[in-house]
Amino acid sequence: MSLFDLFKRRRSAPVARERLQVLLAYERKNRNQPDLVAVLREEIMAVIAKHVQVSQEDVRITMDRGDTTSTLEIDIHIPNASGAAAL
Amino acid sequence: MAKVVVVTSGKGGVGKTTSTAALGAALAQSGKRVALIDFDVGLRNLDLVMGAERRVVFDLVNVTQGVAKLSQALIRDKRLESLFLLPASQTRDKDALTEEGVASVIARLREKFDYVLCDSPAGIERGAQLAMRFADEAVIVTNPEVSSVRDSDRIIGLLDSKTLKAEQGESVTKHILVTRYDAARASRGEMLSIDDVLEILSTPLLGIIPESQGVLRASNVGSPVTLNEPTNAAARAYVDAARRLQGEDVPVVLPVEKRGLLNRLLGRRVA
Repeated sequence: MSLFDLFKRRRSAPVARERLQVLLAYERKNRNQPDLVAVLREEIMAVIAKHVQVSQEDVRITMDRGDTTSTLEIDIHIPNASGAAAL
Repeated sequence: MAKVVVVTSGKGGVGKTTSTAALGAALAQSGKRVALIDFDVGLRNLDLVMGAERRVVFDLVNVTQGVAKLSQALIRDKRLESLFLLPASQTRDKDALTEEGVASVIARLREKFDYVLCDSPAGIERGAQLAMRFADEAVIVTNPEVSSVRDSDRIIGLLDSKTLKAEQGESVTKHILVTRYDAARASRGEMLSIDDVLEILSTPLLGIIPESQGVLRASNVGSPVTLNEPTNAAARAYVDAARRLQGEDVPVVLPVEKRGLLNRLLGRRVA
């Protein structure tokens, strides 16, 4: 590694510190209680199942936890009722 | 049909998770479809080293218990589209995994991937044995240091007795991956040499990963070292090891210490 690389490279320890802070804050908060994502996921699935029939494969759930906000993305492929009727 | 490879060691802290991430990424970079499974239930870390810790929704235990489909639990890497991660559960205890459940997950992954890398927990108990149970091959991560070599020997014993292959009268193909190799200390005779390690364990060598600050930087930012710093000596050693794992004949070169101008001017410090 040259001296030039030293200046060019963004220091990685601050990145590590920030990643750990976000992750551990989340994990500590959830340590002694049911996993919020798991609860949300189950209840949302139950609501959907009450109204439309979808199989588990048609549901994609993705998560991205940020420092201040997180996104829970639920992508449900609902079978097209009119298409099925036309058959 | 995938090859199932367990990355194991017995001893903790030798570089199993780092090596799983780096070998997995190197295989995916060469166009293979790769799934990484974290078997360290209760103490997962592969997600963190891969930079996917914020994206975990389902885990291995969820899949074995039928709570989630395998396709829902696999996290696709943001940098390599043929690389996937199946995280361990953080909240369950290690008994939540059953052999039948693991068998079924691995059987399904075999159909979809070229390589399934199982990141074993440290130790020789249930978790470690489940991680190796269905393996075709094993990468035994070893530091050139007495306690690590001794534990690797224990693990080799388990690979030869407790795996499905062993019970069927076949054998798991074993490879030694020496990590944290310090060329300067080895040349001064302060560290077990590669030949010593291989002779004691009588197992062929997959690669020698030099001690490198690039490895720490890579886990700091959550990226396998082969992606984060492709020209780094450790990264190149992992790429070569991944090629050997695929059966290529790549000569092993002993990592030599590259010393910067400043080091050379100051002379070598006595360790």
